[in-house]
Amino acid sequence: MTDSKYFTTNKKAEIFELKAELNNEKKEKRKEAVKKVIAVITVGKDVSSVFPDIVNCMQTDNLKLKKLVYLYLMNYAKSQPDMAIIAVNSFVKDCEDPNLLIQALAVRTMGCIWVDKITEYLSEPLLKCLEDEHPYVRKTAAVCVAKLHDINAQMVEDQGFLDYLWGLIADSNPMVVANAVAALSEISESHPNSNLLNLNTQNINKLRTALNKGQIFMLDCLSNYNPKNDRKAQSICERVTPQLSHANSAVVLSVVKVLMKFLELLPKDSDYYNMLLKKLAPPLVTLMSGESEVQYASLRNINLIVQKRPEILKQEIKVFFVKYNDPIYVKLEKLDIRIHLASQANIAQVLAELKEYATEVNVDFVRKAVWATGRCAIKVEQSAEHCVSTLLDLIKTKVNYVVQEVIAVIRDIFRKYSNKYESIIATLCENLDSLDEPDARSAMIWILLESFLEGFHDENTQEQLTLLTLVQQMLTLATQDSDNPDLRERGYTYWALLSADPVTAKEVVLSEKPLISQETELIEPTALEELICHIGSLASVYHKPSNAFVEGSHGIHRKHLPIHHGSTDAGDSPVGTTTATNLEQPQVIPSQGDLLGSLLNLDLSLPINVPQVSSMQMGAVDLLGGGLDSLVGQSFIPSSVPATFAPSPTPAVVRSGLNDLFELSTGIGMAPGGYVAPKAVWLPAVKAKGLEISGTFTHRQGVGWILESSLTGVIPSTPLAIHTPLMPNQSIDVSLSLNTLGGCEKQYRCLLLQLPQPTQCAFVEGGKMEHQVFLATWKNIPNENELQFQIKECHLNADTVSSELQNNNVYTIAKRNVEGRDILYQSLKLTNGIWILAELRVQPGNPNYTLSRKCRAPEVSQYIYQVHNSILKN
Amino acid sequence: MIGGLFIYNHKGEVLISRVYRDDIGSRQAADSAVFSSSGPFPGERLGGSVRRNAVDAFRVNVIHARQQVRSPVTNIARTSFFHVKRSNIWLAAVTKQNVNAAMVFEFLYKMCDVMAAYFGKISEENIKNNFVLIYELLDEILDFGYPQNSETGALKTFITQQGIKSQTKEEQSQITSQVTGQIGWRREGIKYRRNELFLDVLESVNLLMSPQGQVLSAHVSGRVVMKSYLSGMPECKFGMNDKIVIEKQGKGTADETSKSGKQSIAIDDCTFHQCVRLSKFDSERSISFIPPDGEFELMRYRTTKDIILPFRVIPLVREVGRTKLEVKVVIKSNFKPSLLAQKIEVRIPTPLNTSGVQVICMKGKAKYKASENAIVWKIKRMAGMKESQISAEIELLPTNDKKKWARPPISMNFEVPFAPSGLKVRYLKVFEPKLNYSDHDVIKWVRYIGRSGIYETRC
Repeated sequence: MTDSKYFTTNKKAEIFELKAELNNEKKEKRKEAVKKVIAVITVGKDVSSVFPDIVNCMQTDNLKLKKLVYLYLMNYAKSQPDMAIIAVNSFVKDCEDPNLLIQALAVRTMGCIWVDKITEYLSEPLLKCLEDEHPYVRKTAAVCVAKLHDINAQMVEDQGFLDYLWGLIADSNPMVVANAVAALSEISESHPNSNLLNLNTQNINKLRTALNKGQIFMLDCLSNYNPKNDRKAQSICERVTPQLSHANSAVVLSVVKVLMKFLELLPKDSDYYNMLLKKLAPPLVTLMSGESEVQYASLRNINLIVQKRPEILKQEIKVFFVKYNDPIYVKLEKLDIRIHLASQANIAQVLAELKEYATEVNVDFVRKAVWATGRCAIKVEQSAEHCVSTLLDLIKTKVNYVVQEVIAVIRDIFRKYSNKYESIIATLCENLDSLDEPDARSAMIWILLESFLEGFHDENTQEQLTLLTLVQQMLTLATQDSDNPDLRERGYTYWALLSADPVTAKEVVLSEKPLISQETELIEPTALEELICHIGSLASVYHKPSNAFVEGSHGIHRKHLPIHHGSTDAGDSPVGTTTATNLEQPQVIPSQGDLLGSLLNLDLSLPINVPQVSSMQMGAVDLLGGGLDSLVGQSFIPSSVPATFAPSPTPAVVRSGLNDLFELSTGIGMAPGGYVAPKAVWLPAVKAKGLEISGTFTHRQGVGWILESSLTGVIPSTPLAIHTPLMPNQSIDVSLSLNTLGGCEKQYRCLLLQLPQPTQCAFVEGGKMEHQVFLATWKNIPNENELQFQIKECHLNADTVSSELQNNNVYTIAKRNVEGRDILYQSLKLTNGIWILAELRVQPGNPNYTLSRKCRAPEVSQYIYQVHNSILKN
Repeated sequence: MIGGLFIYNHKGEVLISRVYRDDIGSRQAADSAVFSSSGPFPGERLGGSVRRNAVDAFRVNVIHARQQVRSPVTNIARTSFFHVKRSNIWLAAVTKQNVNAAMVFEFLYKMCDVMAAYFGKISEENIKNNFVLIYELLDEILDFGYPQNSETGALKTFITQQGIKSQTKEEQSQITSQVTGQIGWRREGIKYRRNELFLDVLESVNLLMSPQGQVLSAHVSGRVVMKSYLSGMPECKFGMNDKIVIEKQGKGTADETSKSGKQSIAIDDCTFHQCVRLSKFDSERSISFIPPDGEFELMRYRTTKDIILPFRVIPLVREVGRTKLEVKVVIKSNFKPSLLAQKIEVRIPTPLNTSGVQVICMKGKAKYKASENAIVWKIKRMAGMKESQISAEIELLPTNDKKKWARPPISMNFEVPFAPSGLKVRYLKVFEPKLNYSDHDVIKWVRYIGRSGIYETRC
């Protein structure tokens, strides 16, 4: 007789039959019936209707039957809370059963029944079990506290369960300790702000003692602790390093995480530091002999580690040889790591391998191999020649996707080594017909045009004219016939640039192209640091911060690598005294998407009401330099400033080819009289560890932003052009051109929230509403959308106010005089097409104005008010 | 932590479904909208309010997905699925949190081991027949998603296929104390009339060689497996010719160092069974432990230096026109002539458009296997320092397929009676102070087996 028969039951009358069988007198029959019920649940049918009959079976001394009944309860208690109450008595009784297995089973199951009513009865038996003499019961009870916390957090805190858990950490039994730590860390994660799990020295010592049992949760928990000085950090490192020999790869990765974190705290020149680096390599290599799934998880982590500390694995490139029968996901990861580890010493070997891989069958893998070859050329200069000849060999294979990928990477090589490999263009051209992928095609266009432009002056007049005609035609096509807002926008920009100021246009178009750097594929340093703190976890596998894939409160709070304080036990050392060790961090230019990300990142540390720096008169300066943002380096450049604003010593470029052609770094005529908000501190020195970023936004007539489409996010379109590192106390004015970018409204709101200043730049010219329309709209907008503000201490009269505002694209529609007060009706429009209507009451002699606003999107009003306020104050 | 665990057959039908956390939507709350979207995080825009049917999401997005599996971890609608495949059974662990990824995979492997220990092969039939047992196991080895003790030995004492034997109070407390015990892997009061132990040094030697005979990568991954039938709570100490240990000991007598230094080996890295005291290994590099009863894997290690490569493969492939290939492969054995290698198998891949093959070999049997696209050459036994050769003519069908044949490497399988890494067991001492047997009374057996891992030569 086999149990598999339960999976193939006929559907009709099933429930009825089951009920009958469950109430059968014979024990054996009842047991078989419960089995059948469980099978039916597994297959996915609803059998909630037999709940009462199942509860009847609960009173049994047969452990196996009991387990099945409990399993059923876990599945259906939530949908039938009233019925679940019937089961409570039985639970409470079982919690005191002399049979340990039943006792533990009851405790375990109770916590899994997510019904509020049951938890009330839970607490008393649970308290008893936490102090039970048998470790088996205690370890089950410890986890049960976490379960209970999930349902009723308040109760757990009120009844002092947490103290019990802390007590269990000092338990003599390793399993109990492990579960207690797991429960505690889970509870603390759901309260990011509370210090439930305050890792004070005493508790850390408890954890350290428990560590010998090599448990993942303890290690993970320990990694959240920030030791005050390097001696403490070292003693923890010493304690955990033996666990690198643990057979369980998860333990090894957790140890690696702790060590990577605490390495930051150790003095760089100490013997111990160097020894630790040496000790890290072998276990990482051993991870590669695991099964492919663990290999994959490990490789993703190693990818992070080689970016953070390439020195650890630099000798071990052989380990990442791609094996013929590796699953594709392992192959791709290994390839990535090989590129990170490629250096002059091993490049020949790497290239030989890559060529080998390019003849494989899997298309993705081959493409990646080709791409990697190109990367090598850019990364290791000495090998460029070799790489290019390898790539040319690959073109000769005539395999379509290989050729396309080759051309795409050759574009990048040209960017890095201009005027070096022009001779190969002829070979590339032979394959023009076979190109059908956008990436390859655009690369080819770029290569061809670029080579034309370089020799522009040598061409004869006819060719030059042809090229110019083409440019003219392209602009027309782009601006008039295209449906793509981005394209139109770019087209208008160039057009306006050419017609407004040819000199500037020349500077912009013919400016030196920044060289491409090999670091474009790295993870941005702040993100990398955060991911290093998550080694072993899913975040490190996805290479995404946990809030990108985790919902709710779990694990949302961000982690950062600790900062080295020097060896003194200086708890009071100011944050600004971090050593300049991070200066050598490679500069990374994130892709477009990341720019927005890091802009948003920046604002985590931004207070909404930023203190205004004593305003410099900017007008004249701005006309010349167009300086809008300014970076004031106070003492050094910390790596924790998002890359967007970090000065890049090696100018690099956003990957898309055309972007940099027109780097809007030079000044462009500005609307005369336009209000320029004073520079505000966006990132105070204290928060950014010494780097202060202040700046303001302005609206550039015609060119700055071509106002178009339903634009929402604001992102910098070019990296900041600072060519020298900042000296202490030096300040440089730099402009950063901003693109408005299509996106969802949510982003827009965040941006406004975080950068309160730019709003007035977002007002569109032509925000003037027709009188009638204004009236109708005013009425249409519900009253609850109306917001009132006071503008204080403003000494202008109604007319000056209106003209001042007009300069900033706030238009006065009508003016009324009621009881000696002037009432101005105004309208303005945001770049994203949101209309805002305003009513401004000005009473002569009273410096306080009343401003009422109506808008369909009330969220923006607050910020518009601040803008209004600042315009009038100036 | 792990929110749920599902087992599917190859069709995607659910065989086992156990939900540990409330956040994993169960079947009653199905929401089909999740499955229509694609991309890295499909369904994200649905917001948190929708209860999703995790069980079905995995089936639709992974098991039934058309393209190759791109990652063993998949994120669907903010839920992460870890999967492991055993023959045609899918095991999937589900979570909504930022869990330790390696831990989840380790757990899934362990789960497979435990199931295999209970009912053998993991197949649909076996899982269906033992579903009650599996649910019992899942209840015990995972609590609220946290992995618990999953040592098969301990589990088998109280979870059985036959149903519960009636246990006395003492037995129960003995069982539970073993599950949670300080020494979770061994119970007290074991007695044997004959104290005996077996040590197997099992190595797998991996090689990737270029056609010219250059070693691209080579390593040995080894395991020391111990079968112990010892009474009481014996304290064991294991010694091998580890370079670090030998150099340390040899410090006093310089002669000895030079003598034994030759035979010592450099171990790149090793990992141990949980019974080994890691802190002691770290400080003194001595391996001491109280072994579990019966068979277990004491340690794993890896070496890359001075590996004895038992065989050398010399390939020669010549393309004669477009429709013919000539292949000649020579294998040379490279170890003591007194030793015998066994189960030798050389696999020479052939192109997909092969129409016929003629093989001539001096030794063993060779056959062209069309279904595997390879010539398989088998030799039962071969002594050291010998060589043998095979030559084949491969007829090809003319094709207009432009793509070149990828030329997979020639792979080899074999078994040799020595450790290619050079590892030698120096001693295994047993102390049991409470019982009256000494180290000398224990009968000890040591055996070395070297097998091929991925042993490939490019051609």
